[in-house]
Amino acid sequence: MFDISPTEWTAILLSLRVATVATLVATPLAIAVAWLLARREFWGKALLDAAIHLPLVLPPVVTGYLLLLTFGRRGAVGAWLAEHLGLVFAFRWTGAALACGIMSFPLLVRPIRLSIEAVDRRLEQAAATLGAAPWQVFLTVTLPLALSGVLAGMVLGFAKALGEFGATITFVSNIPGETQTISSAIYSLIQTPDGDTAALRLVVISVLISTAALVASEWFSRRALLRLHGS
Amino acid sequence: MLRVEVSKRLGEFTVEAAFASEGRVTGLFGTSGAGKTSLINMIAGLLLPDRGIIAIDGETLDDTSARTHVAVYRRRIGYVFQDARLFPHLDVRENLDYGRRMNRLAEDGAQWRRVTELLDIGDLLDRRPGKLSGGERQRVALGRALLSQPRLLLMDEPLGSLDEERKEEILPYLVRLRDEAGIPMVYVSHDPSEMRKLATQIAIIKRGRVTAFGGTEVLPTANVPA
Repeated sequence: MFDISPTEWTAILLSLRVATVATLVATPLAIAVAWLLARREFWGKALLDAAIHLPLVLPPVVTGYLLLLTFGRRGAVGAWLAEHLGLVFAFRWTGAALACGIMSFPLLVRPIRLSIEAVDRRLEQAAATLGAAPWQVFLTVTLPLALSGVLAGMVLGFAKALGEFGATITFVSNIPGETQTISSAIYSLIQTPDGDTAALRLVVISVLISTAALVASEWFSRRALLRLHGS
Repeated sequence: MLRVEVSKRLGEFTVEAAFASEGRVTGLFGTSGAGKTSLINMIAGLLLPDRGIIAIDGETLDDTSARTHVAVYRRRIGYVFQDARLFPHLDVRENLDYGRRMNRLAEDGAQWRRVTELLDIGDLLDRRPGKLSGGERQRVALGRALLSQPRLLLMDEPLGSLDEERKEEILPYLVRLRDEAGIPMVYVSHDPSEMRKLATQIAIIKRGRVTAFGGTEVLPTANVPA
């Protein structure tokens, strides 16, 4: 049962890589968007909010297809990126990371936004009277005080990215060694005769990784709370 | 010298205040809701006047007719709030050092010692704000504002959230500050006895307007506490 085959290892490592890259690239963007939504009033705010949440309500296959249309080799953005930056998403693991990043983005933004909204603006005012420019206020007061939300968002986003299936398989297919993540490997295995044991093995591993992520999240947010309220 | 000539509509009434003060401590005296806090928030740059001019030592900070508004963080005006507003994620030492770091000032050991001794906060440096009493918190907030090296110090009822005993504990520090720190202050309070002990010039504020300006003689005599 616990004799993990090379193909399975490849899928596990690829899933971890895809989810890690997706989370690390999406986090700074998510912080910026969360801050905008929490602290600024601007034209089109409701629209931005809706656009971010769209992947949550659209069928994943639709998101995947839209990604294919935009970021595929012939897509408007995809062709430009391939020509000018040599960055190709279609049928590559980077495409899987892009799909996972977009699908997990709303889950990343929400807790960060909530925790930024919870930061006492009077503390930010106090920082400004002490000579802190807006970006300094953000880095030294707002962000540290919202840290538990940032970590919670990262863990949620990572877990979502690990499990993402529909958009990924639509956008980058299911190529072993390149785009076959744990989810798509399980999907392939349960359609193969005698694939049950291997599928079950990956299911167990998937549960283990997700549980570890949740435990880590709890641990991080507890540490962050301790930092806030003093030892 | 501080010059204020502003008007600002605030819901029910309009703050329309004009005064110029040379005093070491300018007191803004009035009941709660008279517009005192709005007035010093405008001096700090936290609130934008609808019309008017705010200038300090000849430098214009606000002039609505010329569309001048110097941002809060560029004003070098310290602010001690009624609720201290210490940063909960930093210990006392880091709170005190915050203004110096943000303004990229050189470390000044002599000034640090002077302020921590003046306010008796040398023993609190490693504590978090959550572990301080109300009076200690307010002293740290004072020290934090002083160490950012402001050219003017605003205090909005700094004793307002403290009980009588704590008030008596802090008042002597404020008197020492006035006499030793050499920074002009604007002190907001609704307590005539605090005003008498601290202020050198007083503006009486009623419903957003300055109704009297002068020495301690402008304070009401009727309700002087025994």
